[in-house]
Amino acid sequence: MTEISWSGTIAQLTELALAILLAPLLTGWVNQCRAWLQNKSGPGLLRPYRLLRKLFGKDAVIAHGASALFRTTPYVLFGCMCMAAAIVPTLGTDLPYAPVADAIALVGILALARAALALAAMDIGTAFGTLGARREMMIGFLAEPALLMVLFTASLLSQTTSLATTVETLSQRDLAIYPSLAFAGVAFTMVSLAENARIPVDNPATHLELTMIHEAMVLEYSGRHLALVEWAASLKLFVYSCIGIALFFPFGIAQGGDAIGLLLALPALVVKLAIGGLLLALIETLSAKMRIFRAPEFLGTAFLLAVLALLIHAFLES
Amino acid sequence: MTELLSAALVGQIINMLASVLLLLSFAMLAQRRILSLIDLFAAQGFVLMLSTAFVGWATGQVHLYVSAAITLGLKVLFLPWVLHRLIRRLNVKWDVETLINIPTTLLVGIVLVILAFNVAQPVSQLAGTVTRGTLGIALAAVLLAFLMMITRSKAVPQVIGFLAMENSLFFAATAATYGMPMVVELGIALDVLVGIIILAVFFFQIRERFDSLDIRHLEKLKE
Repeated sequence: MTEISWSGTIAQLTELALAILLAPLLTGWVNQCRAWLQNKSGPGLLRPYRLLRKLFGKDAVIAHGASALFRTTPYVLFGCMCMAAAIVPTLGTDLPYAPVADAIALVGILALARAALALAAMDIGTAFGTLGARREMMIGFLAEPALLMVLFTASLLSQTTSLATTVETLSQRDLAIYPSLAFAGVAFTMVSLAENARIPVDNPATHLELTMIHEAMVLEYSGRHLALVEWAASLKLFVYSCIGIALFFPFGIAQGGDAIGLLLALPALVVKLAIGGLLLALIETLSAKMRIFRAPEFLGTAFLLAVLALLIHAFLES
Repeated sequence: MTELLSAALVGQIINMLASVLLLLSFAMLAQRRILSLIDLFAAQGFVLMLSTAFVGWATGQVHLYVSAAITLGLKVLFLPWVLHRLIRRLNVKWDVETLINIPTTLLVGIVLVILAFNVAQPVSQLAGTVTRGTLGIALAAVLLAFLMMITRSKAVPQVIGFLAMENSLFFAATAATYGMPMVVELGIALDVLVGIIILAVFFFQIRERFDSLDIRHLEKLKE
């Protein structure tokens, strides 16, 4: 393990603070783009911040019979997402915190968050919560192997599972066509759509519908708990977008911890996130929500693409 | 070798086209709708044409341009048009039935790809062409087309599987030896054309006899 430098610590803290503060903005941007694409005026970019402020100002109502699990889950969720955001390199690759967890542990952290939320949803004992939790676990167990395969493909290219080192290798290589990375990119997009409760798998705008997954799990939350859950959901979208950017479009990321590089990396990241959000809104507008029993096929295709990426890398590019 | 592109970039573009071909093979395997299946077949032919023409350009083999032109005319334009007409005339726009469900088929497909890559690796090490790495992909595409023929119960998708297999064989020939001799290529093109015409006649015969294109009915034809 390398020595922890001051610049590294500052970069790490900046990155984490940036992730926490920018995450609701990304959600707002995606919603705004989607509204524009659907010829609506849209709720405005700052709507998620206003929602968070409103929710933090309200009292939390907790159902009778709710255990401590239900009350601690929002904090676990938010903590997991902060940890994930700290591992993923967004501005620079010199992250003192990064050796704590590699790409596999990152998937584990995301799984922990999912398991905690599913358990909390079942804890109350309402039909909707249980239904949502079961569906979420089904989507999760199908999406995880595909996500791991995508990360393994990137790891094979750089010969390490450490995310920061992988991104450093990827951003330094010569410009070349890697079919394996293209396949992995498509697979990753499909996995992120499923994991972030986006349209082909789940509808983030729906409320009180039989088809919902994520919303069904958080129905019983209110006040500051709901605020944390919503914030964690925004952070999850942010983390997934940043993983995608770091693995497939790492150009412009700062090498090491020099301040100028970090300053230049910030506008690059914002532009890339804006384009990513627009593409997400476009995908959501163009596709229809599929039946829940089609989700295994959708995620099976993602897994297939990820495995193909791995195979093509192993046989063609080595 | 032309000076415009470096050898590494030529190899990368060939690999990219080969990967797209493999992806299209999987897409055909997963496709339920028969009309989309025909479009995917046309797309596969188009990628084959691109890669043949590109290999011809990169290696200076003029006869590959001719085979690319045959591919374009026959497999991208003419055969899909014939198949579209057949579908309309036979009125068989229904979803394709598969014998095993699609995710399982795709998983079997992955196993076939691993098998093909392993089998092709020693062979491709012997070849001296720039395209040798893609032999594994060509073999995998052949096996996937085979799998598609096995898992479909209707006659039209089986024929499309057969045509896809011919596409991949063509690709394998380009990968291993820069294409077959011109006479052989012309012969195969003619064979495919005649084969389609005969199969089209068969389609009408089968439908007239059973009111369906499900080839399971053929098992009843025992004396």
